[in-house]
Formats: sequence, structure tokens, C-alpha cells
Amino acid sequence: MTAPLLSLSGVSTYYGAIQALKNVDLQVHEGEIVTLIGANGAGKSTLMMTVCGNPRARAGQIIYDGRDITHEPTHLIMRRQIAQAPEGRRIFGRMTVYENLLMGAETSGQTNVPALLDQVCDLFPRLRERLTQRGGTLSGGEQQMLAIGRALMARPRLLLLDEPSLGLAPLVVRQIFGAIRTLNKETGLTVLLVEQNAYQALRLAHRGYVLVNGAITMAGTGVELLARPEIRAAYLEGGHYT
Amino acid sequence: MRPAVRDAVLSALIALGLFAPMVGLVLSNGEQGLELHGRPLAAAVVVALVFFGRLGMHLWTHRPGHEARTIRKSLKVPAGTSKFLAPALLAAAVLLPLTGSRYYVDLGTLVLTYVMLGWGLNIVVGLAGLLDLGYVAFYAVGAYSYALLAETFGLGFWTCLPLAGILAAFAGILLGFPVLRLRGDYLAIVTLAFGEIIRVVLINWVELTHGPNGITDIPRPTLFGLRFSMDDGDDTVAGFFGIEAETIQRVIFLYYVILALALLTNWVTLRLRRMPLGRAWEALREDEIACKSLGINVTNTKLTAFATGALFGGFAGAFFATRQAFISPESFTFIESATVLAIVVLGGLGSQLGVALAALVMVGGLEMLRDLLSTIGEQMGSELFSGLAGELPTYRMLIFGLALVVMMVLRPRGLVSGRTPTARL
Repeated sequence: MTAPLLSLSGVSTYYGAIQALKNVDLQVHEGEIVTLIGANGAGKSTLMMTVCGNPRARAGQIIYDGRDITHEPTHLIMRRQIAQAPEGRRIFGRMTVYENLLMGAETSGQTNVPALLDQVCDLFPRLRERLTQRGGTLSGGEQQMLAIGRALMARPRLLLLDEPSLGLAPLVVRQIFGAIRTLNKETGLTVLLVEQNAYQALRLAHRGYVLVNGAITMAGTGVELLARPEIRAAYLEGGHYT
Repeated sequence: MRPAVRDAVLSALIALGLFAPMVGLVLSNGEQGLELHGRPLAAAVVVALVFFGRLGMHLWTHRPGHEARTIRKSLKVPAGTSKFLAPALLAAAVLLPLTGSRYYVDLGTLVLTYVMLGWGLNIVVGLAGLLDLGYVAFYAVGAYSYALLAETFGLGFWTCLPLAGILAAFAGILLGFPVLRLRGDYLAIVTLAFGEIIRVVLINWVELTHGPNGITDIPRPTLFGLRFSMDDGDDTVAGFFGIEAETIQRVIFLYYVILALALLTNWVTLRLRRMPLGRAWEALREDEIACKSLGINVTNTKLTAFATGALFGGFAGAFFATRQAFISPESFTFIESATVLAIVVLGGLGSQLGVALAALVMVGGLEMLRDLLSTIGEQMGSELFSGLAGELPTYRMLIFGLALVVMMVLRPRGLVSGRTPTARL
């Protein structure tokens, strides 16, 4: 088997004296969709942000594409063809949709902006209609599409998605997850997906990890994890069969 | 009718409480020190004005057949006005010296200095969203840079102008480093302190800056090496062109210098806004975490914003020094920072046209108000306002403050609140 695109080994992260991640091991292979599920405050977002170097891992090692990025500055990590759609979307509200997308392309030094823009608009046709609109005037689902589109404008090899289903209607969630699947199938994009919506996420992903109190407790393929009784009890019985 | 009267009576009571001491009592120098005089009639007139004004307002808004229509709506400026407003303002600025009035050209120079400062601060506050309460520090660095370079090395204005700008930009970076991690209120406090530190250093470093005495005889700028002077030498503008030397020539020249500098500031800002750096500034204002997740180097982006803003503050400072020919730490107090920040906020954060309009209103309008009030004051010979006539101009700050409050109520996001996109398809 080839070396994973992203690999975390023994990673521990702290907020001050509080340990948020405990000795986490995780691998994402090229072309895979890997999901990380867990309850509120389990450390899912922290893990994703630790990959980006903010906060920094206090112990362990993060290897991306054969290179140790544990101690690299955040903005340099993000220029290594890793792109992130952060939690809560965080689009630039007063800037137009087009400007938002440009921000994704410019910082990673993309030159062929029109072609990238076309790709993103083909994936999310709603964005094409709204290119001249201000980002803040979009609906929640459109903003999420914009956040993912902005990340895609950097032509990433690894896309980090932090709770793209947050606060969205089931229909919109299906659209967005459908787009992620299409992307992965057609372009071979590698995706690390952090989700609370465990059912949808595990159905989409090739493999999944379960994070409890900052430690990985289970790992396996999406189908395997979905079948586990513990998972069903903890994450699925609450009406997530959407 | 009854609620109208009750409303008017309440307003009049509040007015009585406020104006009985403020207008109704006067202190004057008498034989045994200060003496207190009553001026009941003037206070009564003010209270009556409030009573009838409030009554009229109430009756007007509740008249039959009156539809609810807010003032805000009726103030709506037709779309596209700004397209014509900016060129019209520019044309007016270019043509102003043709009036030949020293008063207007001097006032115009003052307004343009603030327009330039406003545009410079707009980069930091309006675009990058970094609240800077100590902008006057860079103005001071620019002014003292020129004054000291001219005094010590005998350099001219045009040599020192870029140097003053660069030194101010360095001061901007110097300020930028410690405040990189701060935001909002905390940033505001540190920048405020920075402004004061610069002023206190200028006062106390007497060997270098001559302390509170300031620096005198700062050389005036030249026109391609030609001096503006009343003696008819060959190296003066008047002597070279063979015309009569007049002071107004230098005044007009200085006016065009600051106009050019201000336009340069505007041009650079507009250019930068359309470039990745300018867009990164605006993105930083919107969301710092999102910027980080996109791989923007937040440190550099902030520092360049501080440096660019400071650069133009430095240019303006050098101009100020050469125009006044005298500077002292007193010219660089916090009120200057506050004025420039008020111009930016009143104009609408990030809007170039708004900042220009706000500077015109805040600096030009305030001066005009002073003149208007003294004219009115001279006309009021009546016994009723005895003692008030001469001091009417001192009320201008009160009137002005009121106007600002009303302005911000009606247009809370500034005069020009819309944002022009930096990129079009």
C-alpha cells in the first residue's frame, strides 16, 4: 500500500492546560473520503485545525505528502494544496460571491481563474446565478456551497470540510454531500470530513473514525461503522435517518 | 390634541432643566471676582421654542391623511448620484483657486489635508478593519522627519517627502508588530497609547525636537527649484516668469501640492483594492479565521495595511510642516486622531467618496459655521440676547455635535454606505 496523503501519529493538542486531543492516529489516503464523527466537544474541529497548525500539536507528528508539517506556519500549510471550508462557513459577508471565490484562488497563486470558476459553478449552479451578489445575502445552504467553492478555487489535493451540514435543511445537506461525492469520483479529490450528521457522513465516506473526548475509539469503513450497535445507539437513534 | 400637549409640556420641562443653567445663567468678571447673572428671558425663549416646535412636530406627523414615512426614507439619495458627485467634486477642487480668494484656498488646503489623512486612515480602519486611534502619530513622524531633515541637513521638501513617508511607514510597522494579536477594543487602546507616546517623546526629547518650543523656519516647497518669495531674485517663481510676486501664488501652489498628494493617495488605494493584497485587507476585516484557512499570511497583511496607511499619514505630515513652517507637539494631540477617525466613520468605512464628503463637512463645514454664527451674532442687537451675541460662535461645537448625532441616526453606516465590488466578471 502506498503512503497515506495525510497521516497523524500520536498527536496531542492542548488549549492551555486542557488536553483536547489525546494521542490521535489517523490516516487519509489519496482519493479517499474519510469522515470523523463524534459528539459536541469531542475534538473534531480541533483535530482539523491542528492539521492546519492552529492550534499546534504539542506532541506527535503530522505528515502530509511525505513531508512533516507539524511545525509549519498555518499560511504555508494552507498553500500546500490543502484547502479548508471552516466550521460555520465564515464567508466574507460584505464581499461579492465572485470576490469570495477569487480569495480562494489568489492566495494559492492560481492563474487560470476563469476555468476554476467554471468548474465550481458547474458543481454548484446556484453560485453562478449569484456571482455579483454580496456573500452575506445568500441563504445558509448557498453560503456553505460558497465556502466549499472558495476552498476548491485553490485546486486542493486534500479538502478539509468542517461540518458542512451545520444548520441546513436535509434536502440541502443531500445536495452538498452529493457534490462532495461527485467531486471525489470525477477528480479523485481527497476529502477529510468532520461531521455530527453521522448517518449521512458514514454513508458518503469510504472510511470513518469515531472521536470521543479527544481520543479515537473506533475506526473502520463507513459501512462497518454504520452496522456497529454502539454507533447506532450513540449517534444514530436520535433521528438522524434523513 | 391632548397627547400632543402632554408631549410638548414634557419636552419643555426637559429643555428647562437643561437650558436653565446652560443659557439662563451667565458668569462674568465683576468687581469682586466672578459674578453670576440671570438671563431668564433667553432661557424662556429657548424653552418656548422647544415647546412649540415639539407641538408643531406632533401635530404635523399626526395630521389626518398623513402616511407614516420616515425621514430616513425621504433622505434616500437617488442611485447613480455618486457617479456624478465624484467628478463634480474633483472639478470643483481643481477650479477652486480660480476664485482667487485667499480664505477659500486656505480652507481648501486644510480640508484636503484632512481628506488625505482620512484616505490614509481608511486603508487601516476602513479596509483592513483595524481600529487605529493613534493615527496622528504617523502624521507627527512625517512632519518631524521633514522638519528635522531640513534643519539638520538642509534638504528640500521634495527630497524629504518620500523619506518622511518611508519613516512613517516604518513607524507603522513598529506599531504593527506588538498589536498583531490584538483586535477591536484592545487594539484601539494600544494605538491610542502609541499616539500619546510619540507626542510625549516629541515634548521631552528636547535636544532633538526642541521640545514644546517646536521647530521654526521650516523651508517652503519649491517649484522645480524656484522659490516662492517676495524678493525678485532670478531663482524665485515671480522673478523667473517676470510677474509680480504675491503671497497668494505660494498659497495656491501649496493647495495644488496637497491636491496632488491626496489624489495620489486615492489612486493608490483604488489600485490596491483591486489587487490581491487589497482584497486580502478587506477579507481580513470580514473574517480573520477564514483568512487563515485560505492561507493568507495574516501577519504580513496587517503590517502592510499599517505601513501603507502610515505612509500617507507621513506624506500629509511633511506637507503640514512645510505649509505651517512651524510645528510643535501641540499640533499632534489626540483630537487630531479623533477628527480623522470621525471623518472615516462618518463618511462610511471603506468609501473613498464618503471620506472626502465627510472631510468637507467636518472641516470645511465647521469653519463655515463659525463665520455664519458670527454674522448672525452681529445682527442680533436685541436686549433679549445680551451677552449672547458675541459668544455665539462658541456654540458651534454644540451645533456640530448635534448635527453629527442626527447624521449617525439617519445614516448609521456613514454618508456613503455601499461597497463597490473590487472585481467584476
